[in-house]
Amino acid sequence: MQDAFAIALQRWPRDGGPANPGAWIVATARNRAIDRIRREQTLARKTELLARAEHLPDDEDTTIPDERLELIFACCHPALAPEAQVALTLSLFGGLTTPEIARAFLIPEPTLAQRLVRAKRKIRDAGIPLRVPPEHLLPERMRSVLAVIYLVFNAGYGPPVRTELCAEAIRLALLLATLMPDEAEVHGLHALLLLQDARRDARVTRGGELVLLDDQDRALWDAAEIEQGRAALQRALPLRRPGPYQLQAAIAAAHSESERDWLRIALLYRRLGELAPSPVVELNRAVAVAMADGPQAGLALVDAIRGLDEYHLFHASRADLLRRLGRTDESSVAYERALVLAPSEVERAFLRGRLAAN
Amino acid sequence: MQYMLLIYADENAWESLPEDERQAMYAEYGKLNGVLRRQGKLVAGDELQPVATATTVRVRKGETVVSDGPFAETKEALGGYYLVDAESLDEAIEWAARIPTAREGTIEIRPVVDHAGAGA
Repeated sequence: MQDAFAIALQRWPRDGGPANPGAWIVATARNRAIDRIRREQTLARKTELLARAEHLPDDEDTTIPDERLELIFACCHPALAPEAQVALTLSLFGGLTTPEIARAFLIPEPTLAQRLVRAKRKIRDAGIPLRVPPEHLLPERMRSVLAVIYLVFNAGYGPPVRTELCAEAIRLALLLATLMPDEAEVHGLHALLLLQDARRDARVTRGGELVLLDDQDRALWDAAEIEQGRAALQRALPLRRPGPYQLQAAIAAAHSESERDWLRIALLYRRLGELAPSPVVELNRAVAVAMADGPQAGLALVDAIRGLDEYHLFHASRADLLRRLGRTDESSVAYERALVLAPSEVERAFLRGRLAAN
Repeated sequence: MQYMLLIYADENAWESLPEDERQAMYAEYGKLNGVLRRQGKLVAGDELQPVATATTVRVRKGETVVSDGPFAETKEALGGYYLVDAESLDEAIEWAARIPTAREGTIEIRPVVDHAGAGA
């Protein structure tokens, strides 16, 4: 099995993943086992290996609920650096190119390529097992798996939207929630993905243009999916272990109310920033504060943020606040900076529209 | 698969340990050795003399150069090892975590290269 996994790791980035990775792994393992048998000298050895190879498919059927879950846990093994875990899982499951993954991480492409090569080599050479971790290891192995699923979703959320990636992330989150019903953050992540996915059709116009939350046609929101999201969050709350995904889900739920409570949203972002400090969270808090207390208060928070100079949404948010304050020239400069950094044509088109209106 | 579990620890801390605590550590190691042996996991394992007894050998241009040391800059020195047979890295990690020195020192796990090729 380890050999088959190693081959899968070498091949998939080149060939694209097979439709059913688990079955493919088993088939490859069987072929490799047969190759080995041909090389082996003694009959006893041959018999033993054959028996083992024949048992592989049964093992898969009876003990493993989802082959992909197994692969994800292997890719998210703590013996791999966290960045490598995320990169590897995305490259194996997301069907994304290296530049797309690099952009999702805000890192240079060669760095990512190097990361992938090292991670694959380590999985193969260090004997990282291809399995769902046993009970006593599960909780510690969960966190990075959740991060990976969320990143897969975000890669699909676009723009441009890749429905299959969003669906895949939601499917994996639901599967995890079913397998680990006592993990509050799994429900939190599941809720978050559903609530965000519910707005997918309203987020981008038919022409492929990005639509801000305020301008979205709420009739296009998937009401049933929002309800599913709320229900998933309700399953997390009684477990009484708040975490970043539950808070983000609560924020997404607050955004789907007809009358948004910006003060509450800003507060949720503050708690999120306490649990998981990040300049991106701070940027979102600033935007919520701007809605609650006005653009001046928001801009003060935005201008205090460090480390997002290469992030287009930082400049786009800043440009929007400056525009609302009537500081048009500064706003245009910020929009131009955002335009240079924006990774997709859809976003560039949106920014050009705003720039022209200034 | 075979894994080398390299045991790194602060030698000064070990040497300044009261006799009864040191004996308690040896007893723990003895127990672990027993478990590893009974389960057929132990290939080899030893405690090493302190790094002050170390000798460095290099052959340069056909000449053997012997010197004292090395004396690492770091506080922790290699003090012992286990060579174990394990199913996977996860099992090796579990054995490493059971080494008494893991509580104060550091265990480095290195998979052993299998030159036999077939592996199984």
